Amino acid sequence: MATNTLGAQQAVVPPVAPRQTVFSKTAQEWLAGFSFVAPALIIVIVFIFIPIIYAFFISFTNWTGLQPPAEAQNVGLANYQALLTNSGIVRTEFFRAVKNTVYYVLGVVPMQTIVALFLAIIVNQKFLKGRSFFRTAFYFPSITSSIVISMIFLWLFNRNGIINYFIGQIAAPLGGYKPETWLNDPNGLIHNFLRLFGLTINNAPDWMKTDVLGQSIWQWISGPSVTMFTIMLLNVWTTSGTLMLIFLAALQDIPGQLYEAAAVDGANRWQQFRNITLPMLRPTTFFVITIGLIGTFQVFDQVYVISKGQPAGTTATIAWQLYRNAFRDSQAGLGAATAFVLFVLIGFFTVIQRRLVGSSPK
Amino acid sequence: MATTTATRVHLVTRRDPTRPLRHAIGVVLAYAVLIAFALALILPFIFTVANSFKTTSDIVSNPQLLYPTQGFTLAGYEKILTSTQINIPRVVFNSFLFAILTMVGHLIFDSMAGYALARIGFPGRGLAFATLVGTMMVPPIVLLIPRFLILKQLNLVNTYGGLILPTIADAFGVFLMKQFFESIPADIEEAAAIDGASRFRMFFVVILPMAVPALTALAIFGFQGAWNNFTDPLISVGSEKSLFTLPLALAFLRGETGDVLQWDMLLSGSVLTTLPMAVIFFVFQRFFIEGVTYTGIKG
Repeated sequence: MATNTLGAQQAVVPPVAPRQTVFSKTAQEWLAGFSFVAPALIIVIVFIFIPIIYAFFISFTNWTGLQPPAEAQNVGLANYQALLTNSGIVRTEFFRAVKNTVYYVLGVVPMQTIVALFLAIIVNQKFLKGRSFFRTAFYFPSITSSIVISMIFLWLFNRNGIINYFIGQIAAPLGGYKPETWLNDPNGLIHNFLRLFGLTINNAPDWMKTDVLGQSIWQWISGPSVTMFTIMLLNVWTTSGTLMLIFLAALQDIPGQLYEAAAVDGANRWQQFRNITLPMLRPTTFFVITIGLIGTFQVFDQVYVISKGQPAGTTATIAWQLYRNAFRDSQAGLGAATAFVLFVLIGFFTVIQRRLVGSSPK
Repeated sequence: MATTTATRVHLVTRRDPTRPLRHAIGVVLAYAVLIAFALALILPFIFTVANSFKTTSDIVSNPQLLYPTQGFTLAGYEKILTSTQINIPRVVFNSFLFAILTMVGHLIFDSMAGYALARIGFPGRGLAFATLVGTMMVPPIVLLIPRFLILKQLNLVNTYGGLILPTIADAFGVFLMKQFFESIPADIEEAAAIDGASRFRMFFVVILPMAVPALTALAIFGFQGAWNNFTDPLISVGSEKSLFTLPLALAFLRGETGDVLQWDMLLSGSVLTTLPMAVIFFVFQRFFIEGVTYTGIKG
């Protein structure tokens, strides 16, 4: 209201007190700026910025999460040492979680990127009818709650579930199929693969039994467990649709003249793909990989519903581990330290990825 | 035009007799792949809905059938809606409250802040922007314990305030709106300013109505994000069942039932949780796709 009056005055008698008007106009701009930005800024500062700094200090204490944080005692670097340097159960579990998470990331990110790109290229074909139907179908899982999807996978992949039923139907003429317990199978995929060639822990060379950070080298190379692999499939299944849309938009931005010119020069479909499509998609691909990395490092909801870190700790990811530390084992200080190590890890991998592949899109 | 003609000429002169056949095979293959993927993505939902209308023993013995063999039943829905372990009607209310307030909060606060950062000159603007962008870099899972810490300090654990306040504005939405407002021409505002409109009036009367496409994306992401959010409510109200949202309630019921899962109830719960989002998705489909494309590219 006040501003209105001022505006009116200004309109009626502009030359009388120009200085004052200019000043109050500026002051008003400032005030407007502050008050427009204040609500969002305050929320972000109170619920993200301050908590992060506060939690950083808490990561140097033995806070249980139960008592008021002010009553926690300073323990210096003890939490970080327990995680990273002192041999013991904490370090063993932490590095097991690192192993599980890295297998997860290395499996999911390439799979979802390739599937998304592949689908986008097909959906982008000009001759295709019903494109919007396919777009909708592919995107639908992305709008569904991660908890619901975990529940559905829990059901589909249970021992008497549909997945085993269909595999059984297909395998019946080929000599049958012993139902796989997808969600309670700690065997690693690489271990399973090596077993095909007769290599097991019993006849593995001795150096493979060397302990590295709480696990033998043999355990380190296990690969994701069958259960973890099922959770990986779930994630690829959920995110490919969104990533496909991002690729599709980028594909539609490639100027058609490029292909026409290449066709004139006699380039075949494959050459066009190699020399036009892939280079033009570079920035988008890096973007998709970056958000893929950041997202997969945080896998939590699915683990919470499906396996709670089991079987045999093979689905205990870093995110699950920090939740367990804080909210189940009453070691919130340790959990906070775990969170900051994860933060650094995500930052590290993102930077490495950027360095490796150059710039990301603006 | 010239190039197109050239292409045609070129192709005609090559006279490749296998070309139409190869093209036909390509079309069939493309459809086969797309249909296979579409089925893989959609069938799990269809099986879930179909089985939610069966008895538990029917679900266990014949999950692969899309029709009930022991009679159509709503027992699963009845079981979950009248559960004595958790008050589901209340949970549904909480979910809507959380999602709608988050959406409205984002629409108002994110667009206001985005506008200020894009268009108003004031001291500290750069710092405000840096703070917002900086918090976008924090992975949500890293925030789990810090968030719990601050809610505990503010006595907001297990309250509606603790559930809703932390997500009522977000940096991503501010960023999205800032980019949008930077893209609209400044002369409209100048014209409004000459008319003597204040910043507030200018924003709500002149600017916001022009921002409907961006606001639609903001509303969709806000509602969807809150409706499906699991970790934030887990931290803020995770030990108070009367404040649970649907994802929390589902995860809780899965945990409660132990090894022998009551599939009729859990599948019905999954359908109930998905239904509102599915309806919104099918009504506003175009905006979802546009929103993802827009934000995906702009990052």
